[in-house]
Formats: sequence, C-alpha cells, structure tokens
Amino acid sequence: MTMNKKNNTFLSRSGWVVVMSLFLGFATVEAQITEKPQYGTFLIENVDIYPVTSDVIQGGVVVVKDGLIEYVGSNVKPDLTGDIIRIDGSGHRLYPGFIDSETQLGLNEIGAVAVTIDAAEVGSVNPEMIAQTAINPGSVSIPVTRVDGVTNVVAAPVSGLVSGTGSLIDLYGYTPEAMSIDQRAGIYINWPSSGKRGWWDSRSEKEIEKDYNEAIDQINELFDDARAYHTMWQAIESDELDAQPDVNAKMDAMRYLFTQDARLVVRVNREKDILAALEWATQQDDLSFVFSGVSEGWRVADKLADADIPVIATALVTPSRPSDHYARPYQNAGLMANAGVHVSLSTFNTENVRNLPFHAGYAATYGMGVEEALKAVTINPAEIWGVDDKLGSIDVGKHANLILVDGDPFETTSIIKDVFIRGYRIPMVSRHTQLNEEFLDRDATN
Amino acid sequence: MTIQKSTTHKGLLTAVMMLSFTYVSAQPSTYAGPQSVLIKNGLVKTITQGDLPNTDVYIVNGIIQGIGQELSAPGNIPVIDATGKVVMPGIIDAHSHLNTVSTNEATSPVTAEITIKESIDPNDVAMYHALAGGVTTINLMHGSANVIGARNATLKLRYGADQFGLQFQEAPQTIKFALGENPTRVHGQGTGVQPRTRMGVERVIRDIFDDAIEYDRQRQAYLDQKEAHERRPNRVAPPVPVAMNLRLEVISDILKGNILVHCHSYRADEIVMLVNVFKEYGVENYTFQHANEAFKVAPELAEAGANASVFSDWWAYKFEVYYSTAYNAAILHENGVNTSINSDSNELIRHLNHEAAKVVRYGGISADDALAMITINPAKQLGIDDMVGSLEVGKHGDISIWSADPLSIYAVNEMTLVDGQVLFNREADVADARLDRAISYDQSFKDLQSEVSEAVRGRQDDACMEDAFILFESGLQTEQTHNH
Repeated sequence: MTMNKKNNTFLSRSGWVVVMSLFLGFATVEAQITEKPQYGTFLIENVDIYPVTSDVIQGGVVVVKDGLIEYVGSNVKPDLTGDIIRIDGSGHRLYPGFIDSETQLGLNEIGAVAVTIDAAEVGSVNPEMIAQTAINPGSVSIPVTRVDGVTNVVAAPVSGLVSGTGSLIDLYGYTPEAMSIDQRAGIYINWPSSGKRGWWDSRSEKEIEKDYNEAIDQINELFDDARAYHTMWQAIESDELDAQPDVNAKMDAMRYLFTQDARLVVRVNREKDILAALEWATQQDDLSFVFSGVSEGWRVADKLADADIPVIATALVTPSRPSDHYARPYQNAGLMANAGVHVSLSTFNTENVRNLPFHAGYAATYGMGVEEALKAVTINPAEIWGVDDKLGSIDVGKHANLILVDGDPFETTSIIKDVFIRGYRIPMVSRHTQLNEEFLDRDATN
Repeated sequence: MTIQKSTTHKGLLTAVMMLSFTYVSAQPSTYAGPQSVLIKNGLVKTITQGDLPNTDVYIVNGIIQGIGQELSAPGNIPVIDATGKVVMPGIIDAHSHLNTVSTNEATSPVTAEITIKESIDPNDVAMYHALAGGVTTINLMHGSANVIGARNATLKLRYGADQFGLQFQEAPQTIKFALGENPTRVHGQGTGVQPRTRMGVERVIRDIFDDAIEYDRQRQAYLDQKEAHERRPNRVAPPVPVAMNLRLEVISDILKGNILVHCHSYRADEIVMLVNVFKEYGVENYTFQHANEAFKVAPELAEAGANASVFSDWWAYKFEVYYSTAYNAAILHENGVNTSINSDSNELIRHLNHEAAKVVRYGGISADDALAMITINPAKQLGIDDMVGSLEVGKHGDISIWSADPLSIYAVNEMTLVDGQVLFNREADVADARLDRAISYDQSFKDLQSEVSEAVRGRQDDACMEDAFILFESGLQTEQTHNH
C-alpha cells in the first residue's frame, strides 16, 4: 500500500519531535505534539466499504472532497478534476469513525493531578457549565484516541446533581470551536441513588431514604422552575408578555432541554433507580431523554424499550452485584438491544477511549451481534445526538469521518491504517507511537 | 462443552449427570483436590513447543501425563471433547489483589514482616470471574503504600478451597516493593515519615538492607555461640542474646535469594536506581511491576536479567504514567526482557487474553509471544515455570479451553481446569457463583459510577492503593462523595 511509506515518513520525523519536547520540558506538557494532517480530494479505491446504513460494497470507491463524503460506490467516479490524492485500500475495510457518547476527553488530562481535571465543577446544579469551553485541543489523549479509530466523543461534566452540558466534538482541531459538532449535545444529570455509595457510606437506611427523597424533590423543583422560566421567556420572546426579568444563567441553560436542542442524559444504574427514573421521565413529555450507565438495564430492558428511551451503556466492567453472572456486563448491551432498546456503547473513560471498539467486540460476542454492535458505536450515537445527517455512516454528504482498517475493527489485533476527520487525513502519530519510535531501538541514530 | 464418561454404563451415568446438573445449577463446582481427565482432539497451544493440532492432553491426579494423538485412558476417567477448540495453559496473572481482605498495611515504609497470606478471602466470587476468563494462578499482592510491603501469596484459583488450600505451596516466596509516588505520598506527604522523595526511597531500601546484613551477622554469631555454649557450657561463655527480628529475617532472605522481589515502579529513573542497588547487594531474579517507563531502559533491564510485568495500555491516571506508551510490552520484548501482561484489576483479569492481544496491535509481536506474556513469562517471574505456564508432560493440569483463537475478541473461554478439575464450565455455568450467599441481593449493589467514576473524576490511585488512605478517613470521605 502506498500509504505505508507515508506513515514511515511521519514516524521517523516524530522521533525528532519527542527529542525536542524533552529539551523543552514542562513547557510542552500540554502541547499537541503531532504532524500536520493532509487535506484535499481523496480517492480511496479498491476498498471494502462498510457504510453501516446499507450493504457492504466490496472493492468500492469513496471520494472525499471539501471535508465531506462526495461519492460512495463500486466504480470510480469519472469526473474528478484537480489534484487527487489516491489511496489504495486493497485488502482493507472502510468504516465511519467511531463515536463515544460519554467521556471526559479534553476535560481531564492526568487523573491524579487535580489541577488538570476540568470535568467536575463545584456545586450541585450546573447546567450552565458547558464542556466545550474547557476542552483542551492539545490534550495528549486526543491523538492517542483518534489513531485507534474513535473520531468523535461527547465530553461531559461529571459532578453534582446536574453536572453540566456535554459537548459533541471531532477529535481534530486547534480550538474547541473548530472541533465542535454540537456544544449543547446534552445536559448530564446524576440520578440520585437509593443505595449506599460504597463501603465507606455509613448512612442508615432511613438516612439514605431521606437523602434520596430530598434529591428527588430537588429535581422536581428544578424542572418546575425551569419550565416556568422557559414559558415566561417564550411569552416575552413572542411579545405576549412585556417584562424584563433578571436573567438566570442556570435557567437559561435548562431552556435548551425544552426547545429539544439538548437531550437530558440521566446517569442511572441500579434497577430500582432506573425504574424510578423511568417513572419520572414519563411525566416529562417535553424532554428528550437518554439514560446513561444503565448497568442493570438488562433487568428492565422491556420497560426501557417501551419508554423508547435510548441508552448509553458499556461492556468492560465487573458485574454490578456479586450474585450476577460473570458475563452480565458483556451481555447487558445486547440484552437491551434485543429487547428493542436503542443502544449506544461508551467507554465512560478519558485516556483509554481508544478501547471503544473492544467494548463493541465484547458486546457483539455476548449476544449483540457484530452488526448491531457496529451501529452502537456509529449511527446509533449519531441518532441520539441528532447528527445522523453528519456522522455515523458512509453516505454522500456526510462528514468525512472515516477509518481504514486492515481487517475487522473490533478485533484487538487489527491495525487502523488511516483516519479521516472532517476530510483531514490525520497523521497516525500519538505520544504512544512517538515513544515507540524513539525507544524501540535506543541505539539507532538518524 | 460437556464432560463425557467413556463407560459402558453411559446411559445411566448421563442420567446421573443430568440429575446432578439440576442440582449443580444452584451452586458452582468447588475444588475437590487433583483430578484425572482426558482432553481429546483440541488444537493444543503448548506455548513452549508450538501448536499441536488434533491433540489430546491426559491429566492424571492433577499432573499432565501425556500430550499426543489418540491417547486413551481407563474407562472411569472423564473425557472432554475439545474438537474445534483451542486448549492452552491456564492464564497466570503476575499482579492481582483479587481476593485480599486488606491490601495495604500502610503504617510503615517497611513491613516485610507482614504476609498477605493472612489476608486471603477464600469466598470471593471474583475468583470465579477470573476462572471464567481462563485464569488459574495469580500473584496475590500487597499494595504499594510501602517501599517494602508485605510478602505476597501465589495462589491457584481452587475455588471452594480454604485460604490454605488456595496457596500454591510449591511456589517460592515473593515480596512487594514500591517506588515513586505511592510510598512518598503515603509516608512522606501523609505522615511526615521518610520517604517523601525518590531520594528517600532509595535510602529506605539501602538502610534496611544494611540493617539486615548487620542483623544477620550478629544474630548468626549469637546462634553460633549459643550452640557452642550449649555443647560445651564450661569452655564457651554464654552469648549476649540477639532477639529474632522477623522484618530483618525477611529482608535477609531477600539478600540471600530466598525471596523474589516484585517491585511496583513507573519511572525509568527509579527502575534504574533499583537495578543498581540490587546489583550492589547481589539481588537477582526480580520483576518490575507496572513499569510504565521500563521501555526507556529496556537494554539496562535486559542486561540485568530483570523481568517486567506491565499493563497492556493503562496510562495517564497519574503523573508518573503520563509519558507512557502502549508499545511498552513490545519494546521490552524486542529488547530481550522477559515481559508479562498483568491485570492489577478485578475487571481486566477477566480478559487477559484480550489484554495480551493488544501487544500484537501495539508493536506487532507474534501471537505466540503474546500468549507467552500471560502464561510462561509470568510463570518465570513467579518462579513456577517448572510447574505451570505451558503444556508439557509433568506440569500441572491447569488449562483453559477456548472456542477460538484466544487472541480473537470473539473467542470465549469455555472451560477452566485447575489440577485437572473443571472449575469453570460455560455450558454448565451457574447464574450466581458465590460460595457465601450471606449478603442479600439488595445490599450487594455496586454502582457502575463507583467503578467508572475513577475515570470520570480522575483516578487517584491504581488498585495497589486500596486501604492505604484509611489513615486519613475523613479526607477519603470528602474525596469519595464529591461526585454526589
């Protein structure tokens, strides 16, 4: 393949970048150390195309132009003009880039270093905290993630009752705005848990119940207030009401829920809590819901399906109860999908979001099936976030967020050969490849 | 997969087995001592002697007696039909806290007198989950709060055995060391006791080594004189007693090569420091655990004959693993360092085959070399490679049987045998595999958030730091609850 040579050039140059960065020391800790991408009109030919939303095309052609997918088919489009970068995809497969719907990528840098953690603001109700403003385009984890085939993530705040607004981004760009697909993808809330929080939780059953009820009351009050605020402003905006009330940033942020611009993402895991959240959700018919976590979703899969609430789930965790079957976490996504739930898969991670295809692989093996698992990391999340006109499949007119793989992308041993984000051919370089280049053979010299 | 009895009374036995399955469906099978079994017609991955297609493995009383084709066994020996399956050695995890009761005795920078053998929970269902992933042997380790922690316990996952029966009796003793952020945070920053720096860490090791040498000299002189005095009370004066000191006895055993060191470490500089100290004191056969920056000093490790036991891809959870690469294992391997892939996690231990496959992705090493990293290589690090870690005649009948190439994400472990006994059988699996069911369903829920919240809020520690901050419980409470 022609691009192999290209990759080698990248890698030999990358060694120098590492050496330089070592000289510069701390100054470069946050710098995005990588090569320039390639941009132009790409003709990817002889490639097996997995569009997700339609049948596989063996030995097909995809044309990428102006950042978009311009052509998908089995024959070369005849009327291409100007400079064309041809990529021979023989023996390779082309997929849409994978999407992870709940991460802290770009918000958190080093887990144990508090000053590098921007995902957890002080306070309990923070809908006005918008992830996008704090996303560091130079996060070292971003190149590490995208070279393994994940092209898009939602970076979401985590703390409090209402954590904040999660933003859907491309994993390429020099500013948060340049990376942005939807800065107000969803408002993430932590559904109050009716159980103990851990072994160290010394509250009595009564205290737990009291705390839980208080939190539910707080949620109801918040949404009542937000609804009233929204109604008031709608009246003002349509000149039905002449008033100049104080602006409330929290309530303003909540309005996006009622205009359906933002989803309400409810993090909930315990069976009992999922049922409570479902009951609450049925009373809020002016909101678009997503449930996230749902580690016991398999216990109430039919009810989730009936409520038509999409979920974000994961696969590689331990069972939520010691009494659970060992494979339940692997099976959870498939059990829900088979019951008719709209499932997206997530790593719920920061530095290892690159493992998303493996979560899909485990879900596929344990009942979800490869086809459904593929949807769960592509078109399903695109649908959740209302961006299935831009992302999630290989269709003409969509963003050219594509990955070229030397085999099955869920297989651990497969290698991602090329990644495109918004039509940029991303250098296959990350801190991990750079350190490999420098240290594999320490005695080698240029 | 089913276990068949090759006997003339097949019909009767099948009926008995079916009956017993209805009963067994409520309880997992528990360890009953070494067994005999014939595994027929599998693709046998020996690890040390290549792949053998259509091959049988015959285990007698827990020990592999034959590997070959068309092996036969007496009629009373159960037969497992492995046609179309992959038979490989049980997976060995060189870094685990799977079923510790407590993990850290964090009260002193040196706690060599402690042993994790007194902190084994024999009822932990996590053992069954690990068996389901094909794991048969683990290094149950003390945590990394101390520069020199407790002695570890090499365990066989004989689910159902007690805390003594779980121990791999023939395995040599190992001990936990720890460098870098964890011991300096717990002691220097936590309680104001040396070490607060990596300089201090080296001194803690050198000082206790020197103490042990001096202790050993004095103690031995005392014992010699005592013996001489007892033999000839009139000719030899009674000695001034030198009290037995267990902590220094253990350190002395390290220096004599009787105890193998497994050292938690991350940065290249601290790794080289310990290589140099060990060279000076003559300590050999040691293993760096985690060792995220070992790739930077791979030639030094290879020259010293040091081992590395690493994560496949964990990084960035603390500053000392920020300059990491998932190519670590491959670089070490290419430079001649005996390398294993470990879990340090009750989640990862369930799919170490998948973790090993990542080394093929990140570094392109061969499939055989990748499988060696979860079998024979960790066996060497634990000093048990003459007994487990490969399929050879004379070795233990510790085996996992897979539906396909274990490096494939679509492969499922179907059976795990320890000492020839099937302790996990996917086909006859139980929904609730707990041995101790005293804890009710409602009490047992572990919120997903508590697992993922580490990643969500920023992981403070590796698993090695469990219990270390009980010392600062109020601080812990604040930290744990700020998510809610």
